Amino acid sequence: MNQPRPEVALGKDLVGLEGLSRETITGILDTAEPFKEISERAIKKVPVLRGKTIVNLFFEPSTRTRISFEFAEKRLGADTVNISSSGSSVMKGETLVDTARNLEAMRIDMVVIRHASSGAARFLADRIPSNVINGGDGQHEHPTQALLDMLTLRDRLGRIEGLKVCIVGDIVHSRVARSNIFGLRALGAEVAVCGPRSLIPYGIEELGVETFYHIEDAIEWADALNILRLQLERMQTGFIPSLREYNRVFGVTRARLEKAPRDTVILHPGPMNRGVEIDSAVADGPQSVILPQVTNGVAVRMAVLYLLAGGVFGGAEAAKQESA
Amino acid sequence: MSRPMLLRGGRVVDPSQGLDGPADVLIEEEVIAAVGPALQGPDGAEIVDVSGLVLSPGLIDLHVHLREPGGEHKETIATGAAAAAAGGFTAVCAMPNTTPVNDTRAITEMMLARAREAGGPRLHPIAAATRGSKGEQLTEMAELREAGAIGISDDGRCVMNAAVMRRALEYARTFDLLFSQHCEDHHMTKDAQMHEGEIATQLGLTGWPREAEDIIVARDLILAETTGARYHVAHMSSFGAVRLIREAKSRGLRVSAEVTPHHLLFTDEALLGYDTYCKVNPPLREIEDRESLREALADGTIDCIATDHAPHTDLEKDCEFEAASVGINGLESAIGSMFQLVRDGVLKPLRFVEVLSTAPARLIPDFEGGSLREGRAADITLLDPETRWILDKEALRSKSHNTPMLDRELTGRPVMTIVAGKVVHEL
Repeated sequence: MNQPRPEVALGKDLVGLEGLSRETITGILDTAEPFKEISERAIKKVPVLRGKTIVNLFFEPSTRTRISFEFAEKRLGADTVNISSSGSSVMKGETLVDTARNLEAMRIDMVVIRHASSGAARFLADRIPSNVINGGDGQHEHPTQALLDMLTLRDRLGRIEGLKVCIVGDIVHSRVARSNIFGLRALGAEVAVCGPRSLIPYGIEELGVETFYHIEDAIEWADALNILRLQLERMQTGFIPSLREYNRVFGVTRARLEKAPRDTVILHPGPMNRGVEIDSAVADGPQSVILPQVTNGVAVRMAVLYLLAGGVFGGAEAAKQESA
Repeated sequence: MSRPMLLRGGRVVDPSQGLDGPADVLIEEEVIAAVGPALQGPDGAEIVDVSGLVLSPGLIDLHVHLREPGGEHKETIATGAAAAAAGGFTAVCAMPNTTPVNDTRAITEMMLARAREAGGPRLHPIAAATRGSKGEQLTEMAELREAGAIGISDDGRCVMNAAVMRRALEYARTFDLLFSQHCEDHHMTKDAQMHEGEIATQLGLTGWPREAEDIIVARDLILAETTGARYHVAHMSSFGAVRLIREAKSRGLRVSAEVTPHHLLFTDEALLGYDTYCKVNPPLREIEDRESLREALADGTIDCIATDHAPHTDLEKDCEFEAASVGINGLESAIGSMFQLVRDGVLKPLRFVEVLSTAPARLIPDFEGGSLREGRAADITLLDPETRWILDKEALRSKSHNTPMLDRELTGRPVMTIVAGKVVHEL
C-alpha cells in the first residue's frame, strides 16, 4: 500500500501518511512547489489532468477541504463532481461500496473521500480500481492536511528535520493529529502533543511523541504549535467541563506566547473557534501561518492529484510547460 | 428401538472418570452401556472402527447465537444445529438476544421445537434476565426454567443497575438458574470499536477499555457473594477479570467463567487493516490478556471454552469498520483452532476435554451428558487430532462465514458427533 514503485511516485491511492517514506513525503512536498505558482496567475489553469473525471465524495460536512480539492482539480483541468451525503443516494441507505461502484460504472478516474468512519478510505481503495484520496476518515488520517501543514512549516522555517512541533488540543478525536505525527516523524521532526489527559489517547507515546499537559511547557519546548479545533460537542460528552475552562488552561493566548523563548510558528487546520483554543491576537498575529496553510492546501492537493494520475517526482514543472 | 453401536479401538479421554487410554465404548438404547477394553457388542451391534481417534464425552458450547427468531438471514436453529454438529458439539446454549428477545415461555418453547425438528445437538436456551433485556424488570424465571431454559442472561447488554442485578441473582438462585453476565460498563464503552490501546490510537478507533469489564466483574462478584447465586462471566477477555475470578474462587465462591477461542488466539493487532471479521465484543485485547486467559484456562480459574458463535452476513461485515456488526462465527472452527493449545502444551488432553465438555456440563442444571459413565446419555464426540484441514467457506454448515479462521490451515478435526446414540454428523 502506497509503496512507491519505480515507474510511479505514489501507489494507486493516498489513504494515509503512515508508512510513507521520507523520500515519498519529501517528493510530494517538492512536487507541490511548482504548482503554487498556478494559483497566482490571472488564468489559474493548466491542463495537466485534462479529460480526467474526479468525484469528491463527501459523507461529512466540509467546506475548506472540499473547496480546496475542487480548486486543485479544476486548476489542473479535471472535470469534477461533488457529492455530499445530504441529497444523494447515500441517504437512501445505499452502501459505500454500491455508491462507489455506481460512480465507477460512469467511468471516473479518481475519488476524494471524506467519511466519518475510520478506515473508510482504505475500505474504498481496496474495492475500486480508481485512485482514492483520503480527504479525512473518522479519527484516523487526513493526509493532505498534514502535507499542507508540513509544506507551510517548511516555507516558514526552511526545514522540517529537527523541528519541534507540538499538536495542541483534542488528540483523541483528531485525524489531523495522527497524519501530522506520521508525516512529521518520517521527515525527522520531533513531535509532541498537548492537552488535558482526557483528550490524549492511551498509547500515544508508542507513536513516538512526547506529551505535555501544560500549554506553558509546550510553548517553552516547541518551534511550532499546530492548534486543533476543539469540537464543541466534547463538552456535552464529558471530555472537558467547559469551553471557558479550556480556554483558560489550554488556550493559546498572546500573553502565553510572549513568554516563548523563540518566535513560535502558529498553525491551525481550521475552522477556528476564536476565544476557545486560540485567541484572535494569535490567529491574526505575525507568527500565524494559518492563511498560508490554506493557500498551500491547493498546491499540495494538486501535487497529490498529479502524482496519483501517474506523474513522477520532479516532473511537475515539465508537465506544466508541456501542457501549456 | 435403535441398534446397539460399538465404537472400537479409540482413545477414550473422559475427565469425569480420569480416563485417558485405549478403550471401546458400547452404546445401547441412547445411553452408554459399557466402557472398557476389548468389549464385545451384543448380536446385531454395529461395529465402528475408531482407531486413531479420540473419543470424548460430547462437547458443549455454553454460548452461541442461533439468531432465530428474527435473524434468520444470518442463521437458523437448523443451520446452527448443523454447524454445531459439524464442530463436534452435542449440546449448545442459545443466547436470548433474538428478535424478539427470548424472555417468554413461548419463544423458549418455539426454539426447543425447532431444535427437535432439526434433530441435531441438544439445545439449551439461556433466557433473558430482564424483560426485553432492558435491565429493568425481571423475567418470569420460574416459568422459563419450566419451559427448558437453563440459565439467564441479557447477553450483549450488561445489567447496569446494581439493584436490578442483585434482585436478578436472588431470584435466579431460587430456581437454580445460571446467571451469565456480559460484563461491560456501557457508560465506558460508548461508540467503542475495539480494545483501547496503542493499536486503537493508531487506527483512530474509539477504545473499549479493560476497566469497563473489570468493574462489572468486581461488582458482580460482590453481589454473587451476598446472594450465593450461580454467577458466570461470559466471554472473559481481560487479565484484570481473570485476577478477580481467581481471587473469588480462592475464597470458595460459586462462580465460573468462560473464554472464547478468539480471545485465546488473537490480539488487537489482528485489527490492523480494519479487518471487520475480527471486530468482536468484548474486543480482542493485548498479549498479556491472551497469556493470562490461557494460564487461567489451564489452572481452572476459567472453567470452559465457549465459542460465542455470532453469525453475520457479508452485508453486515463487508462495510466500513464502524458500521460492521460485532461477532465471530465460531462453532465449526473451535476444535481445529483450539487443538493448537494441546500441541503447544497449554492444555493437557484431559483438560482440553474438560474445558469443552465436563466443565460446561457441570454448569448446566440437570445436564444429561458430559460423561462416558455407564448409564449416561450417549453424547459422544470423536476427534482426529492429527488431520490437517483448511476451513473452507463453501463447506461451512453455518449460514454465515464471518470468521478470521477462514482459509487457514487447522490441525485436529471432529469426525463424528453422536447425540443420544444417534450419529448427527459424520465426516
